[in-house]
Amino acid sequence: MTAVSESQEAVSAAAPEHLAAAQLRRRSAWRAYELVLWLVAVALIFLLPSKALLLTEIAIVALFAVSLDLILGYAGIVSLGHGAFFGLGAYVAGLFARHYFTEPVTGLLVAGLASGIFGFAASFLVLRGSDLTRLMTTLGIALMLAELANQMAWLTGGADGLGGFTIGPILGLFEFDLWGRTGYIYSLAVLFLAMLIARRLVHAPFGLSLKAIKANRVRAAMVGVPANSRIVVIYTIAAVYAGFAGALLTQTTSFVSPDVLAFHRSADVLLVLVIGGVGYLYGGIIGAIVFTLLRDWLSVITPQYWMFWIGLVLVVIVLIGRENLARWHTFLPAPVQRVFKRAASWRPGVKLGGGG
Amino acid sequence: MITRRSFVAASAGLAMSALAAIPGHAQETVKVGLILPMTGPFASTGRQVEAGVRTYMAMHGDTVAGKKIELVVRDDASTADQTRRIAQELVVNEGVNVLGGFGLTPLALAVAPVINQAKIPAVVMAAATSSITEQSDYYVRSSFTLPQASVPVGTWAAENGLKRVVTLVSDYGPGIDAETWFTKEFTAKGGEIVEAVRVPLQNPDFAPYLQRVRDADPDAIFVFLPSGVGSLFMKQFADRGLAEAGIKLIATGDVTDDDLLNDMGQPALGAITGHHYSAAHDSPENKAYVEAFKSAHNGMRPNFMSVGGYDGMHLIYAALEKTGGDATGEALIEAMKGLSWTSPRGPITIDPQTRDIVQNIYMREVKEADGELYNVEFATYEAVKDPAKAEASGQ
Repeated sequence: MTAVSESQEAVSAAAPEHLAAAQLRRRSAWRAYELVLWLVAVALIFLLPSKALLLTEIAIVALFAVSLDLILGYAGIVSLGHGAFFGLGAYVAGLFARHYFTEPVTGLLVAGLASGIFGFAASFLVLRGSDLTRLMTTLGIALMLAELANQMAWLTGGADGLGGFTIGPILGLFEFDLWGRTGYIYSLAVLFLAMLIARRLVHAPFGLSLKAIKANRVRAAMVGVPANSRIVVIYTIAAVYAGFAGALLTQTTSFVSPDVLAFHRSADVLLVLVIGGVGYLYGGIIGAIVFTLLRDWLSVITPQYWMFWIGLVLVVIVLIGRENLARWHTFLPAPVQRVFKRAASWRPGVKLGGGG
Repeated sequence: MITRRSFVAASAGLAMSALAAIPGHAQETVKVGLILPMTGPFASTGRQVEAGVRTYMAMHGDTVAGKKIELVVRDDASTADQTRRIAQELVVNEGVNVLGGFGLTPLALAVAPVINQAKIPAVVMAAATSSITEQSDYYVRSSFTLPQASVPVGTWAAENGLKRVVTLVSDYGPGIDAETWFTKEFTAKGGEIVEAVRVPLQNPDFAPYLQRVRDADPDAIFVFLPSGVGSLFMKQFADRGLAEAGIKLIATGDVTDDDLLNDMGQPALGAITGHHYSAAHDSPENKAYVEAFKSAHNGMRPNFMSVGGYDGMHLIYAALEKTGGDATGEALIEAMKGLSWTSPRGPITIDPQTRDIVQNIYMREVKEADGELYNVEFATYEAVKDPAKAEASGQ
């Protein structure tokens, strides 16, 4: 007993930074549910080829929601205008394919870059003011972009939308097919890479400092976190992600309508994040799955009244409390719960069933 | 006498036709995928088009050339990427033979890559920008184009003593189309445009613009607004006393939409509009249509959107009849070209060159009859082609 505690003290006394690093590593380790999610996503390519288009949409909405989660869930910046970056990415990808180069990966990077530059510029506006001011500022930026796209008809096609371009094969190899399979694999790959980077970011000290800023900006500044520059960085990264999502939408549909900048995009993505939960990245993906499937299912059953039902479901979710939905397994019988607990705590390299 | 050779030829022919019939046999139904905005701000368009389509099927049965017609209706909430995804899913998963609907121009344009790749026709039943049919060889239109409705209004205005006109349009694609084509026709016939006013599409408040119109003191004001904001405009037009100031109201028929006309009330009386369909059109076809439509839809009055749906469905039926039930995309689109028939709106033709609709444009005045307001037709411009395309082809 004493020997153990002594050795623990010895370790912590010897290298506290090692302990911190170990803790960060533990937090960033892959969870079982993550692996299951990605494996299922890949398996669906073969299992549900007829639903590839819906899956593509889920992947795009998920990437967009993850982008919002980076600023809302980690840095605590509320935004009602995140669609601005989405729409900008969509238009840039469309224009790039139309006038320069139809290879999608290049277009994706260009769109991300353009959104990132715009996000960097816009981030200085969100540094100022409280939450309410930010809501207004972000909303205003999105509305301005939407009106610009509508007015600059010579460039964007105005209200008729931007069409008349075809997207070439990915990296010159993989052609987009009518079944949407290539589109899904492509979107999923982009989502996966983006998630890898996002996970790395939020589990690094950078991510922790963001959470500190979210909790209390003044106190974070007092322990030496440069709040402003951190917010600028994460806002820019989030804008790049949203630009990627917009570009994916353009490339998988080969059409851009002014609707990509409409207010409902920003509102929907917020809704998706509310359903899935903020501050753990996968909330965006889970929310996107639930929201898109619900919408698709209801709108096929009742094309006129599906909005009523989706509204009702959202009210129910809020009434039950999302935390309870996330803890659904705690309502299961105890033996089943134990199985789940074991599965959930399983990580690669750790043997199952130990401890108990 | 059956020679050996002719017997072989005949049996080979039989075998061939049997082979050809196998895919046909498997497909005793012909699926029509209808993509419409059923929710959101353009839900009324979707409701009217769907009602028009269903009225057609109720009146003419669901079997044509031995095939059963199956309708699949989906809502795209007027979001272009949804339209595109739904179109693709309908083609790939549901195996639809024809697409139809499309409430707005971008929604119609978004499916161009799908119909090009799948080679199936898309019947545009509502969207009205001229350029749509040029974006793919598989578009056919059963609605109308804005230049088509605007030019006759310009001709009528110039021929009926109006000299100075202010134009007022919604600031988006179709509005600018209407302004351009009215102005072109009106000034060519010797009229003068005093001022061109464009109002924002979102949350329009016409009061300040109408004041400007009044100050310019024109003979008439030419208006295009998307169906729906017409009633607000009418109210403010009356409130500002433009009618008393002797300013005539001329417009495209979207402004005095049959579906909403009764709610506009007295201010709408006397408005002169040019359009392709009025529920008051005097013909036996239209009487039967309006009656069937109203009884099936709770007394709702059919408007110009619904007749686009009705004729779109007729187009599909007539094409199937012509091909003898061959529902492949290429055959259908070829069959649709050049079809002519008498619709509730009057005689119409699908232009074989442009796949766009050729139809009469009627000048109408809003009048009261049996306690209801109607667009009563008083002049006809016959067989009007889409002027934008007629000009491009040098006619």
